[in-house]
Amino acid sequence: MIRPFLAGLAILLSCLTATAQDANIQPILQEYQAEIAKSSRKTIGPVIDAIATSGSPQAQLMLEIWAAKNMWMRKSDGLFFVGEKTDAKSYQLTDFDSGDVVGSYPKSDLKQLKPNSGVRAMIATALVQFQLMDPDAAKRQDALTSIQRDPGPTLLAPLRASIDSETDASLKAQKQRLERLLTIGYDHDTKARVDAIKDMSGDLGVDVRATLNPLVARTLNVAIGGSPTGVNVAALLEPGTDQLSKTDAYDLLVAKGMAPALVSSGDIRKALAANIESGRVGGIPVAQLDNDTARKAAYAALADAGQVPAFITQADTDAAIANHVFFETFAEPSVDVTTAATDALEAINLKVGINQALDLTLDALSLASIYFLAAIGLAITFGVMGVINMAHGEFIMMGAYTGYVVQQMIPDHTLSIIVAIPMAFAVTFAAGVAMERLVIRWLYDRPLETLLATFGISIALQQLAKNIFGTQARPLTAPGWLDGALVVNDVVSISFIRIAIFILALVFLGVFLFIMKRTRLGLETRAVTQNPRMAASMGINPGKVNMLTFGLGSGIAGIAGVAIGLFAKVTSELGSDYIVQSFMTVVVGGVGNIWGTLAGAAMIGFFQKGIEWLNPSNTLAAQTYMIVFIIIFIQFRPRGIIALKGRAAGD
Amino acid sequence: MQRSFIAKNPSVLIFLACLALFTLIVTVLSEGFGVGVISTSFVKTLGKTLCLCLVAVAMDLIWGFTGILSLGHFAFFGLGGYMIGMWLMYERTRLIVVETLSQTEIPATSSEIIDGIGNQIFGVVGSSDFPLIWAFSDSLVLQLAMVVLVPGLLALVFGWFAFRSRVTGVYLSILTQAMTLALALYLFQNDSGLRGNNGLSGLQNLPGVTASQDEVSLWFLWASALALGLGYLLAAWVVSGKLGSVILGIRDNEARVRFLGYSVETYKLVVFTFTACIAAIAGALYYPQAGIINPAEIAPIASIYLAVWVAIGGRGRLYGAVIGAAFVSLLSTWFTGGQAPDIPLGFYTVKWVDWWLVLLGLSFVVVTLFAPKGMGGLVDLLSQRKSPNRHGADLGPDDGALREQEASQ
Repeated sequence: MIRPFLAGLAILLSCLTATAQDANIQPILQEYQAEIAKSSRKTIGPVIDAIATSGSPQAQLMLEIWAAKNMWMRKSDGLFFVGEKTDAKSYQLTDFDSGDVVGSYPKSDLKQLKPNSGVRAMIATALVQFQLMDPDAAKRQDALTSIQRDPGPTLLAPLRASIDSETDASLKAQKQRLERLLTIGYDHDTKARVDAIKDMSGDLGVDVRATLNPLVARTLNVAIGGSPTGVNVAALLEPGTDQLSKTDAYDLLVAKGMAPALVSSGDIRKALAANIESGRVGGIPVAQLDNDTARKAAYAALADAGQVPAFITQADTDAAIANHVFFETFAEPSVDVTTAATDALEAINLKVGINQALDLTLDALSLASIYFLAAIGLAITFGVMGVINMAHGEFIMMGAYTGYVVQQMIPDHTLSIIVAIPMAFAVTFAAGVAMERLVIRWLYDRPLETLLATFGISIALQQLAKNIFGTQARPLTAPGWLDGALVVNDVVSISFIRIAIFILALVFLGVFLFIMKRTRLGLETRAVTQNPRMAASMGINPGKVNMLTFGLGSGIAGIAGVAIGLFAKVTSELGSDYIVQSFMTVVVGGVGNIWGTLAGAAMIGFFQKGIEWLNPSNTLAAQTYMIVFIIIFIQFRPRGIIALKGRAAGD
Repeated sequence: MQRSFIAKNPSVLIFLACLALFTLIVTVLSEGFGVGVISTSFVKTLGKTLCLCLVAVAMDLIWGFTGILSLGHFAFFGLGGYMIGMWLMYERTRLIVVETLSQTEIPATSSEIIDGIGNQIFGVVGSSDFPLIWAFSDSLVLQLAMVVLVPGLLALVFGWFAFRSRVTGVYLSILTQAMTLALALYLFQNDSGLRGNNGLSGLQNLPGVTASQDEVSLWFLWASALALGLGYLLAAWVVSGKLGSVILGIRDNEARVRFLGYSVETYKLVVFTFTACIAAIAGALYYPQAGIINPAEIAPIASIYLAVWVAIGGRGRLYGAVIGAAFVSLLSTWFTGGQAPDIPLGFYTVKWVDWWLVLLGLSFVVVTLFAPKGMGGLVDLLSQRKSPNRHGADLGPDDGALREQEASQ
């Protein structure tokens, strides 16, 4: 009883060893010893395929170690091992198959294998099939990302095979989506591709467009005589129309070697210079060749003598063009696929357009709230009190620097922002009150001089900030929960900071309305700005009210500075970047009315984004046109969008 | 009795005499024609300062006399510089290109020369074609006309829009500042046709002139002095005549002048355009001495400094503007050039390169608050001229003959 069992065991064991022997990695490596030792992108392809398809349990490990440059070759027999540094000069080698330590060797006896980046990329692709089945979900995710970055026909089969066994729902969805895209790109079956295209039609993903666009990319081509055959023609072009000018058509013929090149003025010049004979070219003295007519005559003489190629006339080019058919081809040979792709892209583009409009609206809204935030303090000092404060921008800057200083003391970003906001308000409130007491109080009846005096303060504050904080930008880091963006889809997204600024702007609007309409200070402020004498005779102290109101406006500028500092770089020029726009916002909106400021900010924000959309490469142009537009706008509504009427208007 | 213009304005004669004396002294002390005490670079600085004085006179005319605080006159100054710079750059490049092409076997055609110039000038912004605004750059006469016409036209159009809709006071100031900003931003673009932020360079080399910079700098000093003298004379004549009375009236009480039947807008527009032209001429003389012009020169801050000079010098009097521009800009050169000695305070050393702007800003506030007449007010002290006592603080020449009590009523 025991002997047959033992015999069976022996057979089983020998079988096992035999299979293990078959699937050992070392023999395969030895088979391609030379290619591996001197790996290059061109020759290594079959080697990697052989390793990957060997079925050896060690194949994945070996490829990973190779890519990580940890594989070493023993010079004596050319065998490959895992190398591990033991000390400065020697390495401990481990066999791939058995996992046994072979021993320690001096570095001089070994050769490290360092695949270059091209080879490493190919190894990574080969590793994908292992990684797609990896028990670790993170590794599967990495593999998917790597396929997305660098798709290829070889990846389709392993990807498909891995879908069914996928347990993670999100990864499964990603795999299915990727499978569709790879099918569009690389499947051999046309019907499967068309179906895949139809499945993905209307999808907003950038990857879908990146897959479809190369399929319908057009190449200009030309053929002699009748309609071209054997290619997927996108359109036939008539030379001399908008699609293809005659010059371009002839240039294409020249480029394809189907027609002789035109003789350019540069060619004429070279030909003439090469054929000067005793001070004359083609019988014309060199000194007279300073105009095109003489040069052409000389060249014609040379051409008649057969020394240079003849001129190509207009008739020649026309004839050449007429003899050829010009057309555009798709890179993709299958008509069904290109038709389906064109339709799908059309559907996608429409959807993308709508979403872009939505995204632009969000952008404009966020820009408008930034302008509103920058201008709301000004709406109080300039709008309500009528004081031109050119140092308003510097108050914004002071707020931002306060935020920076607070952040230096309190490392926790959330806490530091919570502390920075009241601190910034306190600092700029104090600065505003000091400025009102020391300077502005004496200039209430002289607006132009207020403008200049506050400008002097602005110059001084800016330089002071430069002296204290230096000219380089200082970071004001947003707390972690404000990082990132609210992503609706691949087209529409908005960062959390911008949402926070939008909310802050709304809060400010509420605070402003509350103070002005519901508090004693607001009542007194309105009274003093409308008629200081009457207000004074009612027992209001105009000096004190003015001081507090100005301080309030400045303090709000400080808080705005903290918010602006979160997304813009904090420099001493931070304020001056916003001052003109802020004044524009208040003036366009209508002085003395917070709703006007809101309307002004919205108009300027939307207008600027609109121009940027028309000419996306050039934000300078957008700003230029915006200012010109504002200047013209002021012509038609000199008092702004919402103008005060009656006595409140002041005149 | 009809007194002569000079008799009514003795300050003009004194000013012209001082200017002539100054020019003579600089010439005698210069390296080009004199004993060589003053370096050529300082002669250039003085020449540039004279141009700044001229634009300050223009600023005084529009602000001190007409009451329009324009924050855009340095834009006209810069435009004038650009216009002359276009010819200087074109002509100099043309000479170089013709020289290069004459080395080849075949004589160059005119289109080859123009292509060569285009490549040289616009290669830096990745282009080689001449934009439309360079159409006249090959002709000195036309380009000189453009020095006055282009800024004048801009001022005319902008002023017509602004004054027609009765934008006044600080609104107008902000609007002019916006115009300056828009122009600067436009010129910063590479496709504006004026080489983007590279600007125009090499302007100090006059094409076809072999004289050394020592002499050229003096020519420009004389030209600047002459321009300043003529500009001052013209401005003094304008403000002492009928037109001057009307614009002073506009400054002091615009509504009253309008009700008297004057077309306030036309007067404002004339003065605005006229001063823009003076500013442009000053710029056309300034930038060949500076050697380079780029859009940063037009930035709004420059126009505000102009207002600072005039305010510190004393607006509402022409010599005040000149004194202010000369004093502040020379002092600024001295401080920012690192020549001013540092002040060691023990715990901190005050470096004037860093602190000059703080000092300028604060002194500007102090002048506005305590000396609305500026440095020119010192002349009143010397000549013992007293303002009539109309009670209340003196508001200076703005909204202007009014005293504090009247203004707040």
